[in-house]
Amino acid sequence: MSKARSAYSISNKKEKFDTHIIVVWVDNEAGVLARIAGLFSGRGYNIESLAVAEVDKKLNISRITIVTTGTPQVINQIRLQLKKLVPVHNVADFKREDKMVIFKEMALLKIVGKNGKRDRALKACKKFNPVILDKTNKSYVIQITALRREIDKMIINLKKFGLVSVSRTGAVAMTRGSEIFK
Amino acid sequence: MSKLYSGAEIVFKCLEDQGVDFIFGYPGGAVLPIYDELKNHKNIKHILARHEQGAGHAAEGYARSSGKPGVVLVTSGPGATNVVTALTDAYMDSVPLVCISGQVPTHLIGTDAFQECDTTGITRPCTKHNWLVKDVKDLAKTIHKAFEVATTGRPGPVLVDIPKDIQFNKYSYSKPKKQKKLNGKTNISFSQKEIEDLIKLIYKSKKPIIYSGGGVINSGIEASQLLRELVEATGFPITSTLQGLGAYPGEDNQFLGMLGMHGTYEANNAMYECDLMINVGARFDDRITGKIDEFSPKSKKVHIDIDPSSINKNVKVDLAIVGDVASVLKNTIKTLKKNNSNFSKSNKANISKWWEKIQKWRSVNSLGYVNSSESIKPQYAVQRLYELTKNKDTFITTEVGQHQMWAAQHYKFDKPNRWMTSGGLGTMGYGLPAAVGVQIANPNKLVIDIAGEASVLMTMQEMSTAVQYSLPIKIFILNNEYMGMVRQWQELLHDKNYSESYTAALPDFVKLAEAYGCVGLRAKTPEELDDKIIEMINTDRPVIFDCLVDKVENCYPMIPSGKPHNQMLLGPKDQEENKITGKGKILV
Repeated sequence: MSKARSAYSISNKKEKFDTHIIVVWVDNEAGVLARIAGLFSGRGYNIESLAVAEVDKKLNISRITIVTTGTPQVINQIRLQLKKLVPVHNVADFKREDKMVIFKEMALLKIVGKNGKRDRALKACKKFNPVILDKTNKSYVIQITALRREIDKMIINLKKFGLVSVSRTGAVAMTRGSEIFK
Repeated sequence: MSKLYSGAEIVFKCLEDQGVDFIFGYPGGAVLPIYDELKNHKNIKHILARHEQGAGHAAEGYARSSGKPGVVLVTSGPGATNVVTALTDAYMDSVPLVCISGQVPTHLIGTDAFQECDTTGITRPCTKHNWLVKDVKDLAKTIHKAFEVATTGRPGPVLVDIPKDIQFNKYSYSKPKKQKKLNGKTNISFSQKEIEDLIKLIYKSKKPIIYSGGGVINSGIEASQLLRELVEATGFPITSTLQGLGAYPGEDNQFLGMLGMHGTYEANNAMYECDLMINVGARFDDRITGKIDEFSPKSKKVHIDIDPSSINKNVKVDLAIVGDVASVLKNTIKTLKKNNSNFSKSNKANISKWWEKIQKWRSVNSLGYVNSSESIKPQYAVQRLYELTKNKDTFITTEVGQHQMWAAQHYKFDKPNRWMTSGGLGTMGYGLPAAVGVQIANPNKLVIDIAGEASVLMTMQEMSTAVQYSLPIKIFILNNEYMGMVRQWQELLHDKNYSESYTAALPDFVKLAEAYGCVGLRAKTPEELDDKIIEMINTDRPVIFDCLVDKVENCYPMIPSGKPHNQMLLGPKDQEENKITGKGKILV
């Protein structure tokens, strides 16, 4: 017996899942993140990553960047459902493949080990704008910015150079050129 | 410096400026300051329910029959959690409710104080929006905004949580601002091009159908009028969802009856075979569509809805017109008449074959049943109730189950806002408190709750409310001692294993009525039914009518779960031949 997804099972056809980056401008008020996250969990949408911060102190606006996957129909629903929320001002939606948009994630990597190993680790990070934030004679804390899958790869790569701890953000996005979202 | 008011006073000033006449509620520790203030506002009447869920449903009944938002006032903790069912119900059926809840004082929030709960957290997914007011300065602004959110766009419930200290704190009052755009949410405009596209489809269609829903009712009385004009101007057949009943006259020849799981044979087959479907304010709910892969496979679909997120949610449509039903219909009719002032006549030949086909489906008489001279058939009871009340302006509420479907099938409505039923959430226990609210809004009208004996026991305590406020509501119970719809499904899917669907030890409803201080009536045979119904109608007090009906009657026609529109079960014989197997069994 196959699994029923809803009362009448939406479709038996397998549709393609796309990865989208959804940018939401919201009033920075109590509970707003719970509203967004609740909308996603309540309607069964995915959140791959999430980044939130206030971007306009005066207007009290936060910008939320959500990476999600879904069929075109689901992505469309996510966009429209988000727009219905009262504290939401605007919603923008991009395919991950979109060449006009820059996506970046940041990671902090703690490398512990001998000098040579640590420098090899730093070298391996070269492509991703490494910055040494902290340095002792046993350790480095390196900051890199890259795409999600690049960071995924780096984490595996750096294991052998003494990577002991990782902290990473969700993706943030911005369009190329002089255009802005709003 | 302008005059200072306490938070509790500000609450009432807001309600007054919002034109509120009635609030439905239940007092408790965290709303005492607001209840204390009640005495100073004679123009607002408080209706004391017997349970917060009852208060919520009563407010829903009030809102749906009056077109005004319903207002609910409850205390913190259990008061708030009890109202959650009603809020969810209102959310599913797009009913404008403003719920004001008390909360423990701000300095106790988060300490697991007595009767504290995270009200805004709990109600977040079942309201359009909610607010916790942490500063009395924000109170007036927030309540005005709450009314705006509840009543604009697609209506729905909102909640304002007010901690007790805020109710005592003082601040100046600010009047509501003139309606502004709400983040673009009410500023939804469709284009003339979309209307022209619709007209083109109307011209081309040989097998059209109009499928209307609750959005027509929510759009106001004018929308129902315009819908009638459109149907007349096009000559098209029309069917309606459960929530849309009354927008178009139920006895009109162009009306095919309700569609969907328990809809008529002609409505469902017309939906399946049509080449143009015009959805006016409905949402392609799963009770309507049946198996989605085979839903109306040959049609162009047009969807008129005020909520952009309803478009393409369940069913992909060819033309979407986002806007208020009334304004879209107005424009459509104007454009149609401008192009061709006598379209329905000139187009008659074009769709005459289609009408012939519909008449053939109609002749199946899918709502028919085998009547009996010994026992009262539930369908017969509803039909008699209709015949004996149709000359009055009657308001019908229902509970949820078989009786609800029989009411929808056999009671014919010719005006909007006369039919209040829990469609989306399917809340048993909705009808009785809703009838209380309907009667409050329509004091001299006949209000009947067509009920099942199982549903009505869930909120039976509200009879006490009806008696307290002398509300002569009529509770017409189709009593078959079973949770009928549960039993029907067990018959259909679980080899007649009637697990827990029989209610032993039912109360004596006549005595129960007397205990509440209202009138109890009972009908056991078809002969006495009419007299008893007339006696009920003529009783100017609340009545519980115990109508003992055939215990094993099932509700037909029916689209079994997992089947498309053209595979309906018309009666018990069909059922034997079309056993639901495999996949269909797991669907609800």
